Amino acid sequence: MSDYFEKKDLVDFANIGEYAEEEGGKFFEYYGKSMSEGKLSKREKCLIALTIAVVQKCPYCIDAYTNESLKLGITKEEMMEAIHVGASMQAGIVLAHSTQMRKIIKKKEM
Amino acid sequence: MNFREQLETLADIKHSFVEKLSETESKTLRTSKLEILQLNITRKCNLQCKHCHVSAGPDRQELMSKAKFESILELLDKADISTLDITGGAPEMNPHLEWFIRSASGKVERIIVRSNLVILKEEEFKKYIKIYSENKIEIVASLPHFTENLTDRMRGSGIFSTSIEVIKELNTEGYGKNGTGKVLNFVHNPVGAILPGDQNALETEFKKRLMDLYGIHFNNLFCITNMPLGRYLEYLKKSDNYEDYMDELICSFNPAAAESLMCKNTLNVSWDGKLYNCDFNQMLELEADFEKFSNITDFDPSYFEDKMISVGNHCFGCTAGSGSSCQGTIE
Repeated sequence: MSDYFEKKDLVDFANIGEYAEEEGGKFFEYYGKSMSEGKLSKREKCLIALTIAVVQKCPYCIDAYTNESLKLGITKEEMMEAIHVGASMQAGIVLAHSTQMRKIIKKKEM
Repeated sequence: MNFREQLETLADIKHSFVEKLSETESKTLRTSKLEILQLNITRKCNLQCKHCHVSAGPDRQELMSKAKFESILELLDKADISTLDITGGAPEMNPHLEWFIRSASGKVERIIVRSNLVILKEEEFKKYIKIYSENKIEIVASLPHFTENLTDRMRGSGIFSTSIEVIKELNTEGYGKNGTGKVLNFVHNPVGAILPGDQNALETEFKKRLMDLYGIHFNNLFCITNMPLGRYLEYLKKSDNYEDYMDELICSFNPAAAESLMCKNTLNVSWDGKLYNCDFNQMLELEADFEKFSNITDFDPSYFEDKMISVGNHCFGCTAGSGSSCQGTIE
């Protein structure tokens, strides 16, 4: 297991188009466009990316977007506030799925 | 760390700057036309900031003499230099600064003074607000972050709030406002072992936050990479960030940034008149190779062009990402 998620592998992200260059190229074009400044600022997009990275538990993305957030002058309090949005969304999603459970309970219960 | 210890530490990395540079089209760095004369007129400072590559502080005694300043004025008369960039330490702590500013005004298009701002609150030095204003001096001031907490962690307790007070006084003088011709630029250095982010994005955020919270005006934000030198190098080593930081600088090496480095058109002069290709080389005592000329007192400006620039592994700090210079991002 020690070979999984090594910090040095983060730099290999640039090579993920290997063996499928056309698709890889199109991905990077899409990635670059969607992360660049638009109606949302770079700062806002960075906080969205950081939150998704933590929610999805991707160590590479957490490393990349924590550093990018620091570089953009985002404070640790702002980062943690964003993570709580992710955490409450996750909790809400879990609780919302209990609707299925409650519907079944209500149908089956005497 | 003295300069030898710093050079030894910097030698201990995976790829050398010379090696990386040899992979670029130009292979080496050479000077172009001399445009900027940068003067480190003292290493004395009222502050001891954690990121200071000069390791300046109240106990330093190095001051440029009046005789050296006179040599510089003579040089300005015979050379076509557009910008005079005065730095330190705290330049205001050199007793000849006022006389020099008044003497140099009119000899160049632009005079920059890199001020730490808080010194302009001290009784002995507050006169400089008017002196700068009268002579349309461009002020470049360190403001690492728009929050008090992060700025004070880097520069010392209470520095942020005093800086804000001084900036308000400068704004009253017309500094930082469009159409006044009085330029106030801030320098953002990352607070920690990270490289600076996108300069435009950071400038937008600084302008919004500082206006909303304090009603402050300024012209531009310069994002400057913290050089792995002086106190900052010591911090990187002590916090076990040195290897990661140098790796990131090397991985971010940008050949395009290397083509436009400030050392190409800048002559840096130390307090004792010695000549360097940049401020950072000065701290490592890597003197510029102008053969027979080693001091400003006898320097012939026509000799500046097309000379090999002294480089070292610290140069990765200026070639990473969008590049870094005393005027912020290069690209």
